[in-house]
Amino acid sequence: MIELINVSKSFTLHNQGSAVIPVMQGASLNVAAGECVALTGASGAGKSTLMRVVYGNYLAASGRVLVGGLDVAKAEPREILALRRETLGYVSQFLRVVPRVPTLEVVAEPLLAVGCDKQAALDKAAGLLRRLNIPERLWSLSPTTFSGGEQQRVNIARGFAHDYPAMLLDEPTASLDAQNRETVLSLIEEAKERGAAIVGIFHDVEARNRVCDREINVSEFTPGMVA
Amino acid sequence: MTPLLQVKSIEKRYGARIGCSDVSFDLFPGEVMGIVGESGSGKSTLLNCMAGHLEPDAGQVIFDTRADGPVDTVTMSEPERRMLSRTDWAFVHQHARDGLRMSVSAGGNIGERLMAVGDRHYGDIRDRAIDWLGRVEIEKSRVDDRPSAFSGGMQQRLQIARNLVTGPRLVFMDEPTGGLDVSVQARLLDLLRGLVREMGLSAIIVTHDLAVVRLLADRLMVMKSGHVVEAGLTDQVLDDPQHAYTQLLVSSVLQV
Repeated sequence: MIELINVSKSFTLHNQGSAVIPVMQGASLNVAAGECVALTGASGAGKSTLMRVVYGNYLAASGRVLVGGLDVAKAEPREILALRRETLGYVSQFLRVVPRVPTLEVVAEPLLAVGCDKQAALDKAAGLLRRLNIPERLWSLSPTTFSGGEQQRVNIARGFAHDYPAMLLDEPTASLDAQNRETVLSLIEEAKERGAAIVGIFHDVEARNRVCDREINVSEFTPGMVA
Repeated sequence: MTPLLQVKSIEKRYGARIGCSDVSFDLFPGEVMGIVGESGSGKSTLLNCMAGHLEPDAGQVIFDTRADGPVDTVTMSEPERRMLSRTDWAFVHQHARDGLRMSVSAGGNIGERLMAVGDRHYGDIRDRAIDWLGRVEIEKSRVDDRPSAFSGGMQQRLQIARNLVTGPRLVFMDEPTGGLDVSVQARLLDLLRGLVREMGLSAIIVTHDLAVVRLLADRLMVMKSGHVVEAGLTDQVLDDPQHAYTQLLVSSVLQV
């Protein structure tokens, strides 16, 4: 479902003496449907970079990035947008929303984007918010004023609203209490059961051992010397 | 799928100076594209060439019309282009005053566009005007007030209502949030996003505000000195800019 073939990534800083910083080379991996793979490696090894390359947020310098048959490294913007709408979900560490939009709608939005019936979308969003212990009295408010942990849970609810066949999870259990962490882990297990291919970053070792089928150390893809 | 708009090698010169040069792209139905760049980079010139306000010196602007399919709007007759700009196109000016009739009531401003496409029943026109005032969050009791009695943010929302009432398929926006304070901007952005989703609009938004394009635009084009220096998916261009100028632009934004 998610396949990387010999992918490399570098940053060119034109305004700082055109320094070229290679951050990833020879990255190859393959994640099948129903499988969850953890990315490991020290901070700065390139875990998030790899996820962003898969999401099309960073432009790969070379190699192929296949998600559901589409080569993200070469696809047109509208193809990537369609991929993100229907196939590839991403739970980032930060919630980015339009101010003023109520939490319930923020969570239902990915469902509405794929043409789901409005009431069905709101019902599913409500179910997720309830499972993640966001009090109902907050649903009509914008999440911009919520606490860090609440925003994180809204972000997770939004990420799991649509049943994406492929998902990227960036520290989904960070800053959550035991009960909410448990809910998130079961959401991940349910996603695997319905056949989602998942790539995740988990600093929480216990969580990683529970939901992940194998680990890939991204240090293998970190260029040894910085030019 | 046929692109709604195909722009091919558009060039506009002001004497020896370049307004914009060699700009080409396709816009598909439902897509929102942002054009950013510093002032003087040619983004408004480009927008005006596409919308038929300026005649480009070279190039084509091919629009997929409902009746005849793709037609080059640069070479079409003036009456045809005017009809298009009243029906399938809309243009939201930076200054609401440029897009409104200041001496006509709010309802009249909305109704005028309906009458221009053949609506004649006063009651229907008034009802639709009131419906649209509601959609852009202006109280219906203000329907008979003149826009000169409105705040800047309300004028901008009225301009949007006037433009969208005829159900256009393509909206050109020139700095739609420029000059408004941030709380009003947020409200306008939320409104525009909702309308784009509900009506399946395509839009081209010229702005110098990167936060606005991040929220509204699917795609982004970066202009400098009349040329497109970088184009792509909005978050990719903003998070991983490739061109020196885009890197400078992105790194110059103040963090709040």
